[in-house]
Amino acid sequence: MSAPRKNARRIVRDIAHARAGDKGNTSSVNIWVYDPADFELLKRSVTAERLKRTFPNVIRGKVERYVLENLHGLNFVLHDALEGGVNSSLNLDSHGKSWSYLILGLELADPPAAPGGAGR
Amino acid sequence: MAKSRDHFRIGTGAGFSADRLDPALDLAKRGELDVLVMECLGERTVAFAHRDRMANPALGYNSHLERRMKVLLAPCREAGTRIITNMGAANPRAAAERTLAIARGLGLQGLRIACIEGDDVSRNVPRDTPMMDEPGTLADIDMPIVGMNAYLGAEAILPALEAGADVVIGGRLADPSMFLAPLAHRFGWSAEDTDRMGAGSLVGHLMECGMQITGGYFADPGFKDVPDLSQCGYPIAEVADDGSAVITKLPGTGGRVSTATVKEQLLYEVHDPARYLTPDVTADFSRVRVDAAGDDRVRVSGAAGRTRPTQLKVTVGFDAGFQGEAGVSYAGPGALERGRLAAQIVGERLRNVHRFNGPVRINVIGESSLFANAETPVADTQDVRLHVALRSRSKEDAETMLWEVESLLCCGPAGGGGFRGAIVPAVMTKSVLIDRQRVKPSMEMFVA
Repeated sequence: MSAPRKNARRIVRDIAHARAGDKGNTSSVNIWVYDPADFELLKRSVTAERLKRTFPNVIRGKVERYVLENLHGLNFVLHDALEGGVNSSLNLDSHGKSWSYLILGLELADPPAAPGGAGR
Repeated sequence: MAKSRDHFRIGTGAGFSADRLDPALDLAKRGELDVLVMECLGERTVAFAHRDRMANPALGYNSHLERRMKVLLAPCREAGTRIITNMGAANPRAAAERTLAIARGLGLQGLRIACIEGDDVSRNVPRDTPMMDEPGTLADIDMPIVGMNAYLGAEAILPALEAGADVVIGGRLADPSMFLAPLAHRFGWSAEDTDRMGAGSLVGHLMECGMQITGGYFADPGFKDVPDLSQCGYPIAEVADDGSAVITKLPGTGGRVSTATVKEQLLYEVHDPARYLTPDVTADFSRVRVDAAGDDRVRVSGAAGRTRPTQLKVTVGFDAGFQGEAGVSYAGPGALERGRLAAQIVGERLRNVHRFNGPVRINVIGESSLFANAETPVADTQDVRLHVALRSRSKEDAETMLWEVESLLCCGPAGGGGFRGAIVPAVMTKSVLIDRQRVKPSMEMFVA
């Protein structure tokens, strides 16, 4: 896996990978850290409340978060988040396949580690 | 099945309706499989299949069935590999009859093709049935119903395996059940053994999307690199009697099986990991272990299960009329402003001249399209495309929209080119639940 980009804000994609799926009008996105040492940072950075607050016009319903401590992953369930679902949405991406990258594009909660510091 | 090893070997030969064929043939020839599963049905495809069947009673099954069977029947028979598929979609009987004709044409005398029916519950579901996950009942949707299919579980498939079917064709067979059924048959798992039902369902869940576990829907250059993706191999599961399994793929194929590819698929389309509902079991994936076990080999274990749901999910398809899509492109200096102006013009024309107030979406691709509602920062670009999508019960509304977008070539902003437009039938789907006693699966065997 490549190192985080220099001189750039650190985003979730720098520490984690994700996949989006759909059932009806509900999207689910699972997110996994590459390095277990980053799991606490991921949990702090991507919360149900933050997703709901950041994307109110995408996620019209509630957001649930499930934590898989043993596998270092999070699973988000985004209700009413697909403009009616794959057969109703007029978005080109009617499955919401790209919602994984919507979340991976969020900035991490912590500031970037100082050069030469104990950054991960 | 002449295999004498202690594990059971299942391959996936399709993970959705339009999945690739050549890697399935590779598996059929080199995979030494007990079973090849082709999963080809989703909420969208089953509804479209009903429309096909309404237009022509001989159709309504997967449009690639003929080519898949012509290529796979002979090598699978030679290898002693059973085929299980839901390519029957809205018309399993026609699919089985077509497969029978292909088998006879190939000289595969004695090939046993089982047809599973009973998932079409159009006559068993009253219109006052409440909707799943949303308020209201089916009667509240003001559109004609095109079909209703209940998800059938492993118990609908087992009679075909017990009767020695070489090919099992059904309609709305639940995805994981097509994998669980042959495991339960081979190892003699009881439906009451909920942990094994859960373990077998995990194998099915991981395998059902084909290459999504061998490196497909995964690659992200520089972050998640996948070798030779154009020659990606389909997955193989080596399953033990305790329900644990190794996920792998054929040597020499592209793609990758890693703990990362397996974990992404583990929760794909899963909501609560401790409560994944299938017709067979309430599966618990929350304590699953995912361990590297060599090159392109990952061991999964620890799935469990509780009592199966008392109700079955039913996909209800409605005829939603037509969907039109059209676009025009702009490039060079000021492309973004010209694209936005084009979007404004089309919106005004549809609203003010044509009085259209139905569902329409107008985006500028390159500025913000997929994420338009997410209000993400605007990209700096000189190559954009106006994209308009509209749905209506009236085909004329869709035609009007296409006409308006094309008219921009002479009537719109400067330098617009590359108009394309298309109108396709639209379906809408909703889900309901019905008591499982009201669903009566049946099996009929055809012998070539």
